[in-house]
Amino acid sequence: MALSHLDRLEAEAIHVLREVAAQFRNPVLLYSIGKDSTTLLHLLVKAFAPAPPPIPLLHIDSTFEFAETYRFRDAVPAKYGVELRVHINKEGVKAGIDPFVHGVSVHTDVMRTQGLKQALALGGYDCAIGGARRDEEKSRAKERIFSFRNAALRWEPKAQRPELWNQYNGRIHPGESVRAFPLSNWTEMDVWRYIEREGIELPPLYFAKERPVVERDGVLLMRDDERMPLREGEREVLRKVRFRTLGCWPFTGGVESEADTVGKIIAELESVTTSERQGRVIDHAPGDSMEKKKQEGYF
Amino acid sequence: MDRLRFITCGSVDDGKSTLIGRLLHDTRQASDDQMAALARDSAKHGTQGEALDFALLVDGLAAEREQGITIDVAYRYFSTPKRHFIVADCPGHEQYTRNMATGASTADLAIVLVDARKGVLPQTRRHSWICALLGVKQVLLAVNKMDLVGWDEEVFDGIVREYAALAETVGIERVQAVPVSALAGDNLTRRGDAAWYAGPTLLEHLEAASVPVLDTQGAARLPVQLVLRPHQDFRGYAGTLAQGRLSTGDAVLVQPSGHEAVVASVAIGGREVESAEAGQAIVVTLDRERDVSRGDVISALSAPLPVSDQFVAHVVWMDEAPLVPGRGYWLRIGTREVAATVTEISHRIDVNTQAHEAAKQLAMNDVGLVKLSLAAPIPLATYEESRALGGFILVDRLTNATAGAGVVRHGLRRGENVHWQAFSVDKAVRAAQKQQTPRCVWFTGLSGSGKSTIANLVERGLVAQGRHTYVLDGDNVRHGLNRDLGFTEADRVENLRRVAEVAKLMVDAGLVVLVSFIAPYAREREAARSLFAPGEFIEVFVDTPIEVCESRDVKGLYAKARAGKIPNFTGINAPYERPEAPDLRLDTTAATPEVLAQRVIDAIGG
Repeated sequence: MALSHLDRLEAEAIHVLREVAAQFRNPVLLYSIGKDSTTLLHLLVKAFAPAPPPIPLLHIDSTFEFAETYRFRDAVPAKYGVELRVHINKEGVKAGIDPFVHGVSVHTDVMRTQGLKQALALGGYDCAIGGARRDEEKSRAKERIFSFRNAALRWEPKAQRPELWNQYNGRIHPGESVRAFPLSNWTEMDVWRYIEREGIELPPLYFAKERPVVERDGVLLMRDDERMPLREGEREVLRKVRFRTLGCWPFTGGVESEADTVGKIIAELESVTTSERQGRVIDHAPGDSMEKKKQEGYF
Repeated sequence: MDRLRFITCGSVDDGKSTLIGRLLHDTRQASDDQMAALARDSAKHGTQGEALDFALLVDGLAAEREQGITIDVAYRYFSTPKRHFIVADCPGHEQYTRNMATGASTADLAIVLVDARKGVLPQTRRHSWICALLGVKQVLLAVNKMDLVGWDEEVFDGIVREYAALAETVGIERVQAVPVSALAGDNLTRRGDAAWYAGPTLLEHLEAASVPVLDTQGAARLPVQLVLRPHQDFRGYAGTLAQGRLSTGDAVLVQPSGHEAVVASVAIGGREVESAEAGQAIVVTLDRERDVSRGDVISALSAPLPVSDQFVAHVVWMDEAPLVPGRGYWLRIGTREVAATVTEISHRIDVNTQAHEAAKQLAMNDVGLVKLSLAAPIPLATYEESRALGGFILVDRLTNATAGAGVVRHGLRRGENVHWQAFSVDKAVRAAQKQQTPRCVWFTGLSGSGKSTIANLVERGLVAQGRHTYVLDGDNVRHGLNRDLGFTEADRVENLRRVAEVAKLMVDAGLVVLVSFIAPYAREREAARSLFAPGEFIEVFVDTPIEVCESRDVKGLYAKARAGKIPNFTGINAPYERPEAPDLRLDTTAATPEVLAQRVIDAIGG
């Protein structure tokens, strides 16, 4: 019996995770609490069983995660028996960076990109595993599975290492690092089908439920706490929504949906005609914005 | 559902990206917001006037959109109710041969695009040959822009005939052809205008193409990725099964050590299974304690791999620094990494004509047939037998770049028979007899920097202390052992390789060896260091500014070089790569040779 597409994706992702463990001294898995990194967590456990995973999780906490996300973060990795480390850019907090005052770009840069750089330097991590997929965005379509970063953590698209067969070159000099993307060849649909097959537990925000939302600039935002000032004429209304990705709540729009199970989400995706990043405010900048952010060190 | 991985090859304007953009669009993989972005991008960078430029869906990097070309491999995903597809979109320019090889390494099939107006071009031949070299033997020939030749059947038939002849000469085993217009989408996912063409659309061909399944029938091969030891009673070997099946109770051989064992358990994702097949990521345990580590191959006992330390391979060069025989690289094959040297370039192959040419080195995007020699014997499969085990990369020892990729053609028998003799008298015994610690002290610096002067003073000092020493001097060695070598880059590399090997033998003999060579290349100095045990090799940089060397000009060489009488003279018309982190740096403008020599003697220690 030939292996199915999902079987092969799973085996290839496990192969990459094992390569990371074998080739790096101090790797870490960037855990964003979303479905992709929770899928990675599941794969991490499978890759090293019966041994405990030799790679800890690292969450770059923007301080604006959804409350439900925090609850999930504090409960689920522990269930898997994996160590979770959390980093907050304290300078950003001290400087009073506020998404509603400084905007999405500044907040993301300070709390995520700079926070990530701080955490990687502090931890001395030589490899950071991420859940990015090539189908998410055009510049990611060209990124390697082992993506080399120079000592300034920059991605140089023209100086990428050729990647043939399943040979992943993780040789680096001190100060350099690698980002590893085991889910590179997965699509959004593959991830959902795998979640369904494996019965992976996800944060409830992925599933449709009546939630209080504010419609702002065409995006349905969930006002997760009092830090979001309402504008003139705005008010919270109850809508049945779910979230296709989980970022900072002030920048992550929900979609109206009836899908409250993984099966229904898959059925919904089969008929949907918008990409999952559509609800992300950060991507809606000019054409190369993601490529630029990646060069600067954004995940 | 299964999946097919394919690569698209074509020349600059053949319409590859347009074809893939179309496939994504027509199979509804491009979403509304991506289509809106496409409309914006088309207006800004598009080459199709008012119409959508589907190539912009896949040309992801800013530089590519601005220049309207594809400069790197992009991976794309789509599926139909019958199959999942992974597409490698590869650039067609000659200078990106390396990217095409990368895309082909994991492909089951190649779509070769030909512009109906231009027919089969040298590039078509190049692309097809690179695909065949990397093991892609199945081609879908898409004759594109048929609308621009009025869907002329004779044009199509002519190109198909010409390509069939080409395919046979480069080793493509299976060809199917479709007339298409990628821009309009004709015969891609829906039937086009030509009544004379009744065959399948491109997509139907893709859905029906045979997927070269992972070889589950062959002998079991498990390259070990890592050893799992959660507690005293469990020792598991993790890896992706490259070939065959592995079941509990199977008799296996650990290679290259040659230890036999029986498989005690097989697990996938922590769950024990009766057996696993090629392509699965597994953990096995053995019935007895064996020394197994990363890089070993667990093979079926009945059909082990031959073990060899020399083999012949086709290599595609991917680095700006050329491949030079004698230079050391890290070779990665299966899960093993081993030091390797290209001992000979049998020939370079013209990628357009496949003619063989003599070559002293391989530049970026060159392909050649080479002989490789490894620091240790390894289990070796040919690429023909196994794509998973017979493909390798070469890593630059200095920059760590993936400098080249190769496919094993065959092992060399002499490698199997030559075994390093384990003498009972070894280095430690010889060193103890001389009551000293063997060392290789490597003086590097410009001509006239004072290397030999200091090395001779160091030797005198050491001998006065009763040590056993030898000085290997650039000039002296070039008069004898290396008198066949000149001063080209390739000859310099070989010169240094020989000297490093001689120094290694002398250290093995228990001596303190003082090597006084210009050694202009950082890679060769690093390769020399890697021959020795940690701490045994001391790099001494005799740092004299070139103006000072030139003003001393003891041998009158700088004057000659300036007069153009010496080509490739280091510092004048050949490079010197300064050591970034030498063990010792001697500033000859700041101290006398005697003082500097004493510093070296102190560094050598007991």
